[in-house]
Amino acid sequence: MRTAFKPSRRNFLKTSGLVIGFALPGAQRLAEAATPAEFKPNAYLRVGADDRVTVVVGLSEMGQGVHTAIPQLVAEELDADWTRVRVEQAPVDEAYKNPIFGIQATGGSTSVNGNWGPMRKAGAAAREMLVAAAAQTWKVDASECRTEKGAVVHKSGKKLSYGKLVAAASKQPVPKEPKLKDASEFKIIGQNLRRLDTPQKVNGSGKYGLDVRLPGMLTAVLAQPPVPGGKAVSVDDSKAKQVKGVRQVIQIPQGVAVLADGYWQAKKGRDALQIQWDKGANAGLSSEGVTKMLTEATQQEGKVARNEGSVGSASGAKTLEAVYEAPYLAHACMEPMNATAWVKKDGIEIWAGTQSQGPNQGILSHVGSVDPKQVKVNTMLLGGGFGRRFAPDFTIAATVLSKMAGKPVKLVYSREDDMRAYFYRPASVTRFAAGLDESGKPVSFTARVASPSIMEASGFMKLPPDGVDSFAVEGVKDVPYDIPNLRVEYSRQEPGVQVWFWRSVGHSQNIFFSESFIDELANAAGKDPFEFRRSLLGKQPRYKGVLELAAERAGWGKPLPQGVHRGIAVAQSFGSYVAEVAEVSVDKDGRPKVHRVVAAVDCGEVVNPEIVKRQCESAIVFGLTAALYGRITFKDGQVEQGNFDTYPMLRMSEMPKVEVYIVKSKEHATGMGEPGLPALAPAVTAAIYKATGKRIRKLPINPEALKA
Amino acid sequence: MVTLNVNGKQLQADVDADTPILWALRDTLGMTGTKFGCGMALCGACTVHLDGAPIRSCMTPVSAAEGRKITTIESMSASRVGKAVQAAWVKHDVPQCGYCQSGQIMSAAALLASNAKPTDRDIDAAMSGNVCRCGTYNQIRAAIKDAAATLSA
Repeated sequence: MRTAFKPSRRNFLKTSGLVIGFALPGAQRLAEAATPAEFKPNAYLRVGADDRVTVVVGLSEMGQGVHTAIPQLVAEELDADWTRVRVEQAPVDEAYKNPIFGIQATGGSTSVNGNWGPMRKAGAAAREMLVAAAAQTWKVDASECRTEKGAVVHKSGKKLSYGKLVAAASKQPVPKEPKLKDASEFKIIGQNLRRLDTPQKVNGSGKYGLDVRLPGMLTAVLAQPPVPGGKAVSVDDSKAKQVKGVRQVIQIPQGVAVLADGYWQAKKGRDALQIQWDKGANAGLSSEGVTKMLTEATQQEGKVARNEGSVGSASGAKTLEAVYEAPYLAHACMEPMNATAWVKKDGIEIWAGTQSQGPNQGILSHVGSVDPKQVKVNTMLLGGGFGRRFAPDFTIAATVLSKMAGKPVKLVYSREDDMRAYFYRPASVTRFAAGLDESGKPVSFTARVASPSIMEASGFMKLPPDGVDSFAVEGVKDVPYDIPNLRVEYSRQEPGVQVWFWRSVGHSQNIFFSESFIDELANAAGKDPFEFRRSLLGKQPRYKGVLELAAERAGWGKPLPQGVHRGIAVAQSFGSYVAEVAEVSVDKDGRPKVHRVVAAVDCGEVVNPEIVKRQCESAIVFGLTAALYGRITFKDGQVEQGNFDTYPMLRMSEMPKVEVYIVKSKEHATGMGEPGLPALAPAVTAAIYKATGKRIRKLPINPEALKA
Repeated sequence: MVTLNVNGKQLQADVDADTPILWALRDTLGMTGTKFGCGMALCGACTVHLDGAPIRSCMTPVSAAEGRKITTIESMSASRVGKAVQAAWVKHDVPQCGYCQSGQIMSAAALLASNAKPTDRDIDAAMSGNVCRCGTYNQIRAAIKDAAATLSA
């Protein structure tokens, strides 16, 4: 399904390190809605007369800890008492647009990166207003006052808590350029504060999209085309309508929906539908065909993504060539996709775990033919996001169904529906060639990437004039090593499957490709893979820093138990640098076991070190799951996987020990939701090479090929 | 109409006998703490206790629960073991997205109710039916050990 997805800005995902000013449009308007019992200097925080500080966050909490990290930024500059800070999910509004995207949305590891400045300014402005209010009350100069733990303190020892200053502070002018603290003064930023969202997640009270219940609501389950792009040509719903609790059957562009009193009845009804499908152009789609198409494309010259020196004229003493491949992948969020929509006379209201409130507001306004302002988006907790919940397929379908049914409708994907909804990490093939001189130093490096275009699939971006999809080549294009002749090309190939953003996007496969090939070069040069990389990173201190820290903490070069081997890889994604060392053994049946992963991270200034570590560990598990098991395959146009039996997840018994170390850094803060993922697969497969002498060039890892 | 004993209360649910306990709880009784993950007993998100034993409520029909006691995440704090497990989960800040955690906690509480001092292998055996896509397994393991220590203190 291609969606009309048109946010106001084209440069939506250009992560150029842009930091915008404090005066986000709409911030002041939302501030004016404050009740007198509260001090509400801007859209991002309120101080109650009871000293309670509420931080209002426009970003989606999907496990990455943003509902704790953003309050830490605000609370630091506010000098709040952290024990009185709570978090609230914002509505959809201009005030909450993501400073990097230019629209309200969560993804691309942008939340801390983009809000580091703006949210601190929001807290600092409030603090200055509270100080001014106290100074006025005491009739002293503001310079004689300081703040600590939710109170203004005068040099005489007089003290007023923020709650007592609510009315007076509300009358102060909002400072345009409030003074920010020096990092040496931080008391809340940089601390391992407890997550604010934990209690509701251990007692069952937290509300996810799937938990929404409205009066008169129907639950819908959708029969989707069995082949991407297929269409229902005839529908016999007589048996479905006999199922107790089934109320309506509605055909929409995405399939045939059965609406019932609850999920179970709707699913039984859906399963009783008799539908004849026109499978369309993809009826013959097969994974073998996809592999062939992509591999053949790498034999032809592609669009130039990077070109330095002249790879043609550089002939090394030794040359290597290798072809790498990665499959389509599903996100498999634990909470299957779902949305509840209510199309009313005066507008649309939607409840969903979504990563894209801003885009949804625009899209649903088209769906319902209403003004965007008439679309209210209630962001629920997200039971996993990983990029999947950036897509609007489920919110669009729920809205269409509510409009047609004339009632609130909760659309729920079964696990199989979720896995077969065709929003996949692209399959990709990359062909490498390189030359080494007599000393083993690489003199040339060529990569040809063939894969579908996420930019074109997204509906809100277009391929740039140079024809290179930046997501398709990221992680290969920016290979950081000091190699004089370097060329990267891209060939767009479209087998016919919708592709989408998947945790760490292009880096998820490209770092596996490029770092594995670098490991091959090190081996061909007869050098240690850590030392080989290190010798080529002289101009890349942050890469080198994490590489050295990971190697040191892992005990690189030191003896390991019998049968256990190490591999190393390093990556930069979304501005954060991560190196990982994996310790792996392979049993006689060819099954790899990852015992320990040591990661070193440089993500600039750190808001909450424990959350950074947990996100890195989380990404390691995500990457390991993909490396061991992840694969969406097609046969006769149909997806062969449907549930966790055919698309397995890493389990407790397979979980490695994980250690994460953070480089102390004064660089601008960057995100950690994704950057821990890319280096994992190449570190594991490098260790497998050490253990077996066999090079894994295709994911997922095939134990058959590793049998002793 | 079936009568279900949920968290010590007798509740009437107007559902067919083949309806999984999960959907009777969520859609009919409005108890949404128990989660839907796979519908095939493959992920453990829907774990509840039936007469104290962990079961996958997405595959267990209400007919199998008549005359028996269903315990869900909503009443975990009422039992000594459940309370200790929840406290350990908070102490270790286990959840990320949190969606699987009701099921994880139900499996962990059932483990500790029958095994006061589980080994790593016991934990693997009891918990490997519960998938966490965010990868919180190491924190879950630490929290289980912590809860076990609290309970034996």
